[in-house]
Amino acid sequence: MMGNLRIIIRLAWRNLWRNYRRTLIMLAAIVIGVWAMIFMTALMRGMVDDMVKDGISALPGHVQIHNPAFRDDPTIANVMEPPSGKLLEVLNRPEVVAWTTRVRVPAVISSERDTRGVTLVGIEPDRERGISFVAEDVTEGRYLESRDDRGLVVGRKLTEKLETGLGKRVVIMSQDQENEIADRGFRIVGIFDSKLDQYEEQFVFAGEGTIQELLGVGDAISEVAILGTDYRDVEGLRQMVADAAGPDVEVLPWNKLDPYLGSMLAVMDGFVVVWIVVVFLALSFGLVNTLVMAVFERVREIGLMLALGMTPRNILSQILAESILLLVIGLAIGNLAAWATIEPLKGGIDVSIVGQGMEYWGAASILYPALYLKDVILANIIVIVLGFFASLSPAWRASRYDPVRAITKV
Amino acid sequence: MNITFRLAWRNLWRRKRRTWLTVGAMVFSNIILVFMISLQIGMYGMMINNTLRAQTGHLQVQAAGYLDDHKIRQVVPDVEQLAAKLRRGLATDEVAARASAFALVSSADRSYGLQITGVEPKFEPRVSSLPGLIKDGRFLSDAKADEIVIGRVLARNLQVGVGGELTFIGSARDGSIAAAVVTVVGIFESGMSDLDRNLAEVPLRFFQDTFAMGDAGHSVVIMAPSLIQVGATRSRAEALLPAGEDLVIHDWEALLPGLKQAIQADFTSAWFMYGILIVLVAFSVLNTQLMSVLERTKEFGIVMSLGVTPGRLGRLVLLETTLMATIGLVLGVLLGGALVLWFGSHGFSYPGMQEMAGKFNLPSRIYLQVTFIGLLFGPMIIFISSIVASLYPAVRLRFMEPVAAMRAA
Repeated sequence: MMGNLRIIIRLAWRNLWRNYRRTLIMLAAIVIGVWAMIFMTALMRGMVDDMVKDGISALPGHVQIHNPAFRDDPTIANVMEPPSGKLLEVLNRPEVVAWTTRVRVPAVISSERDTRGVTLVGIEPDRERGISFVAEDVTEGRYLESRDDRGLVVGRKLTEKLETGLGKRVVIMSQDQENEIADRGFRIVGIFDSKLDQYEEQFVFAGEGTIQELLGVGDAISEVAILGTDYRDVEGLRQMVADAAGPDVEVLPWNKLDPYLGSMLAVMDGFVVVWIVVVFLALSFGLVNTLVMAVFERVREIGLMLALGMTPRNILSQILAESILLLVIGLAIGNLAAWATIEPLKGGIDVSIVGQGMEYWGAASILYPALYLKDVILANIIVIVLGFFASLSPAWRASRYDPVRAITKV
Repeated sequence: MNITFRLAWRNLWRRKRRTWLTVGAMVFSNIILVFMISLQIGMYGMMINNTLRAQTGHLQVQAAGYLDDHKIRQVVPDVEQLAAKLRRGLATDEVAARASAFALVSSADRSYGLQITGVEPKFEPRVSSLPGLIKDGRFLSDAKADEIVIGRVLARNLQVGVGGELTFIGSARDGSIAAAVVTVVGIFESGMSDLDRNLAEVPLRFFQDTFAMGDAGHSVVIMAPSLIQVGATRSRAEALLPAGEDLVIHDWEALLPGLKQAIQADFTSAWFMYGILIVLVAFSVLNTQLMSVLERTKEFGIVMSLGVTPGRLGRLVLLETTLMATIGLVLGVLLGGALVLWFGSHGFSYPGMQEMAGKFNLPSRIYLQVTFIGLLFGPMIIFISSIVASLYPAVRLRFMEPVAAMRAA
């Protein structure tokens, strides 16, 4: 059997190169197709990954705990107690990579020149590091030092709109729990440059303690943000936290907090399969055509082989072997080409020419292609398996020839 | 019938399976292109129209610099006069004046900082879809009334309903404090979360009084008769602007650069994918035609020695491809068109689209439309690239030696 297989493969190999032009053209088509499958998938994956990561670091974390009324009415009226007891114990388990508490309220910020509406976020600076973008994105001045820091960290775009800058004073106005206006002057101690302009205009960061004092809420907080190990698999983490947090609060994963991002990830998974299959189908016509031609021009030869005692089964496997061989070579080169084109682009592709458009989709203006092994494997499996089935028909026909007729065919 | 044509047609059907497989590749790609391009045309059109209708309009007259800074002092003087003049000059009703400023809006229990827009109650419904999206109450009625309409999410956040009172405080044009009490007369629901959360509209004259604007406003919104007439409308409007004022007209691409670029980004990535399909079809055609030429070497050698010129043979091969591509084009357009028609009546949707659609001002089902460009653009490109692909085998014939060719096995 093994010897048989070796002969079949050797025959297939030699047959392939009898008409080298046809084989090379088909090979080129397969290589381009495979390259396109993997390259495009890596680009799209990279974009969506970045969107999701940026989205997650724009505050949600992987799982959040809120007062159940907070999402509809995100004000200081809907606060919760800081984690304690069972919840605190769960949060300090190894499954939780990081967690932090925040006070988050709508506020109005005024400079001498202008006024804007923003989201004021009171943070624990040390805990916040690694969960949201702010600590890393401060490019001018400093990050907050403690939860009682009296300074304010704002986005670059906002300072431009307000015509203010580092070291300047601004006034923050918000509402306390009695619905009275609470206001306070802050000095801008840090400015952050975020990947997305909208964050720079929307978020203003201050120490959590300072904000609690301003709004007179004691140690109450708006939310707990929790980071687990993998954003693709948060249900376990959510369940664990929800069990510990009890029924009085709402525990939600990021893909429920931001349904757009959540659906994006699912849509992407679907897109990858559809794209690979479509490219394959476009290829398959050529593949089958090549095999049909290869069989047709060898009718007499096949008839002779049958007459000499080669079983139809052997003929079938020989044609299939030709097809698979062609696909395997095409896949190998295609995979390599994809890798070779993606590798130099790992540093990011600058698409800032349509930067504001990318932001419209929620993506940043630098694309980092993400080559996943599972996507590459998926592409290869789809091509081989579907390629096998596409080749069955010409191979089957070849094996069914009547030897006498085949030999005498002109 | 021309003899070359007859030869080409017969040659095609000498190898039926091969021809059909090649045509099949064309038809398959054509169907996908017709469907995708129709979907894109429909989506982009809706994105643009819905967004512009809800927000910026096609064109806006503004003070120079207002677009970047949005300062209350960068005004369009005599804004209602200008709007009226533009209405007359452009012979359309779809022109409306606006003004906007930042204010802290408070209900009994809640306060939010947001942009308040002053609009002309009479003309705003002509340029914007929002007045038609009022779900509770009514739109503003009188230019001077102390009324306000707000979005559904904002109403929920402020915990007010129709008939409720809101106060707002902001800074007026002259730097003084602008404050007023208004009654909520309507609540709109656009489904676009940004608008529903952030937009509040009051009558223009009331706005001018409150914010010490005099007769000034911040923009005049103009809707062109259609998207392609934006440029023409713009130049006509420019001629109507008063001399000596520092006014400029921005089109929607400048007002919402993100929208245009989002479409460009999507368009580019889509064309990368189409390009791959087109190249794959071209390879398929190249392969078929090269093989069909090679296997006829002997035959071509004979007819050449009988006096047929290589040029004529080349035309024959090109004609064969053209015939094949025509069949592919016709079938592709028919089947693709049928697919588009089907989705035109049933609507197209995919899992996850609903969540995404709201972000781009799209409905959650898209009803495709059969358009000339959508039907023919993709298939035409496949048609042309098929013929280009067969140039190589056709040109090869010129270098064929009849004697050597006849001896070929």
